[in-house]
Amino acid sequence: MGSEFVQFSLTPILIGIFAAMACALPGNFLILRRQALIGDAISHVVLPGIVVAFLITGTVRTWPMLLGAAGAALVAVILIEAVRRLGKIEPGAAMGVIFTSLFAGGVLLLEQSDTSSVHLDVEHALMGNLEQLIWLRADGWGSLLDLVALSYLPPELTRMVIVFAIIAALTAVFWRPLKLSSFDEGFARALGLPVTLIGLGLVASAAAAAVAAFDAVGSIIVIAMFICPPAAARLMTNRLGVQVAWSLAFATLSAIFGYVLAGYGPLWIGAESSVSAAGMVAVVSGLILAAACLFGPARDRIGVAVGG
Amino acid sequence: MSGFLQALFLQAGYNAALVAVGAALLGFAAGAGGSFLFLRKRALVSDAVAHATLPGVGLAFIVMVALGGDGRSLPGLLIGSALSAWLGLLAVGWLVQRTRLSEDAAIGAVLSVFFGLGIVLLTVIQSMSQGRQAGLEGFLLGSTAGMLFQDAILIAGGGAVVVALIWLLRRPMTMVAFDPGFAAARGVDVRRVDLAMMGLVLAVTVIGLKLVGLILIVALLIIPPVTARFWSERAETVVWTAGVIGAVSGYVGAALSASAPALPTGPIIVLISAALFALSLLFAPARGVLASVLSRRAFQTRVHRRQGLLALSRAEPIHDPLTVKILHREGLMRADGVATDAGHAAGAKISRDERRWSIARKQHYDTALTGRYDGLTPIEDVFTADEIAHFDAALPRRV
Repeated sequence: MGSEFVQFSLTPILIGIFAAMACALPGNFLILRRQALIGDAISHVVLPGIVVAFLITGTVRTWPMLLGAAGAALVAVILIEAVRRLGKIEPGAAMGVIFTSLFAGGVLLLEQSDTSSVHLDVEHALMGNLEQLIWLRADGWGSLLDLVALSYLPPELTRMVIVFAIIAALTAVFWRPLKLSSFDEGFARALGLPVTLIGLGLVASAAAAAVAAFDAVGSIIVIAMFICPPAAARLMTNRLGVQVAWSLAFATLSAIFGYVLAGYGPLWIGAESSVSAAGMVAVVSGLILAAACLFGPARDRIGVAVGG
Repeated sequence: MSGFLQALFLQAGYNAALVAVGAALLGFAAGAGGSFLFLRKRALVSDAVAHATLPGVGLAFIVMVALGGDGRSLPGLLIGSALSAWLGLLAVGWLVQRTRLSEDAAIGAVLSVFFGLGIVLLTVIQSMSQGRQAGLEGFLLGSTAGMLFQDAILIAGGGAVVVALIWLLRRPMTMVAFDPGFAAARGVDVRRVDLAMMGLVLAVTVIGLKLVGLILIVALLIIPPVTARFWSERAETVVWTAGVIGAVSGYVGAALSASAPALPTGPIIVLISAALFALSLLFAPARGVLASVLSRRAFQTRVHRRQGLLALSRAEPIHDPLTVKILHREGLMRADGVATDAGHAAGAKISRDERRWSIARKQHYDTALTGRYDGLTPIEDVFTADEIAHFDAALPRRV
C-alpha cells in the first residue's frame, strides 16, 4: 500500500466509487418506478451522441463529447415518449425500438467516419478506460497534501465528484416529492405535486450521471450501477432512506473490490496480466445482488421483512 | 447503385448472395419469434438474452483452447453462448419469481452482470498466448466479412428450423401471449409454452450472433414485431408480417452492405428495419399517426357542422371560425352568415332529428339502440321508418 498504490490505483478506485454512487442514487428511484432499463437505453444512445459531437467539432475534448452524449440521451428520451404515445406501444418495446436504432446509427457513423484512429471505438465505449486514469505526479500518500501534485489529478475525478455532489444535493432537496411520486403517483398528483416534471427531472439527472460516468468508466459499469446496487439494497430494507444508504454502500464496495480483483486478482492466481476493471466491477455488483437475493432480510415478494 | 442492384438480385458474387439469403432467413425467424415476446409484453427480455451470450462465447473459446483446439469453431462458440444465455434467462425468471424485484430490474441486472463477465473473459482471452482470438470481438457487433460457407449453412438451417417450430407452436403461443389465464383454463401448460417461446428467442439470438452481433440482434427481435403491429389486429397476421418485415430488412440490408465495403451489415439491417418502423408509425392505415390525425379531423368537422347547423336552424349567429369555414365550404351558409336553402333544409332536419332522439330516449328501453345517441349518428341509421314515425307522433306540436 505504498506510493505505487497511490499512483496507479487510488484515483481509478475513487473515480469508480463516485461514478458508481452517482449512478446508484437515481437508480433507486428508477427501480421503484419500474424504469430501471432507462439507464440501459441511455448508455446505448450515448454512442451516437459522442460520434456526432466528434464529427462536428473534430476533437475528442471532453466538453463537446459530454454535450453530444447529453443531447443524444435527451433525444432518445423524447423519441421513446413520442413512439409510446403516438404508436400506443408499451414502454418496454418503445424503448427497445429507439435505443437499438440509435445505437445502430452510432455504430454506422463510427465505421463511416475515420474515428477509430482517435481512440474512439466501440470497445472503448463499452469498457471505458478506468485503468488508465492514473495519478502520475503522486509519489506517496503525502501527495494528497501537495497542491502541485493535486493539480495533476485526472480531470475525470474532479468531474465525477462534482456530478455526484450535484445529484446528491438534488436528491436531498427533492427527497419528499421524489419519494411520494415514486411510491404513489396518484397520491402525489392529488397533493398537487408536478409529477411529470419530477419524473423528467429524475430521468435528466440519471442521464447526467450516465454521461459523466460513461466518459470515465464505460457503459457496462453505468448499466450495472444503475440497477444492481439499488436492487440489492431494495432486498435489504423496507425504508427508502435506508435503501439509498445501502445502495451507496454496495456501489462503493463494487467499485473497490471490482477494481482490486481486476488489477490484482489474476496476479494472485498466477496469471501475469490484469482483466477488464469495468467488467469486474459489474461482476462484483452482481455477486452482491446474488447475496442479497439469497440472504437479504426483505427479499420476499410480500414486502414484509422477516421478523419485522 | 448498380452494385446495390446487383447484390439485390444475388449477382454480386457467391459470398454476398450467401449472406443475403442467410440474413433474410434470420430476419424472418427473428421477426416471427420476437412477435410472441412483444405480444407477451416482454420485448426487453431479448436484451438480457443477447447480452448473456457473451460470457458463453468467451468460456467456450477458453475451453476449446484448453482442449487443444483452435478456439474459433463456430458451433462450439454457439453452444457456449446458448448455455450462458439459458442461464441468464433462468436468472431473470428466478429473480422475478423468488424476490420482489420487478422484471425490468431483473433484466437489467442480468444483462449488465453477464455482459461484464463476458468482457472480463474477453480480456483474459486477449492475454492468452495460445489460440487465435482475432474475430472474437465480432460477436459484439457482428461481422459477415469472414463468413464461411459452413457458417452460412448454420444460420440458414437454424433459421429454417426456428421458423418451422414457430409455425408448429403458433396456436398455444398466441393464446399464452394474449391471455395466459385463459390459456391455462383451456389446458395449455403456460410455463412450458413460455419456455418454448424463450427457447426460440434464444435460438434466434445465438444464430444471429455471427451476423449482426449480440447488441443488435435485440433490434431484430423487437423492431419488426412492433412495426407489424401497426398493420394488423390479428395475432397470427402480426407474427408473419413481422417475419416478412424482418426478412426484407435482412435481405436489403445485406445487399446494401455488400455493395459498399464501409457499410457494416448489422447496423444497416437494423437501420432498414427502423426505417420501415418509422414509415409504419406515420402511415399505417388504422393505427398510424397520419390516419389518426385524419380521422380526428373528420370527427371535428362532423361535430362543428352539426353544431353550426343547429345554430342555423335556430337562427343564432355563429362566431366559431372553424364552424363558419366548414358551413361555408359545404355551401350551407352564405358569406354574410345567412343559411342557404341547403343549409336551412339540413338544419331543420338535424333539429327535428334531435327532438326525435329525445323522444326515442324516453320511450325506448333498448339501451343498445338509444345508447348509440352521440349527437352525430343519424336517427335513420338506428331506428326503422315505422319507429321514427311513431316518435314523430309523440313530438309536441309546435305552435
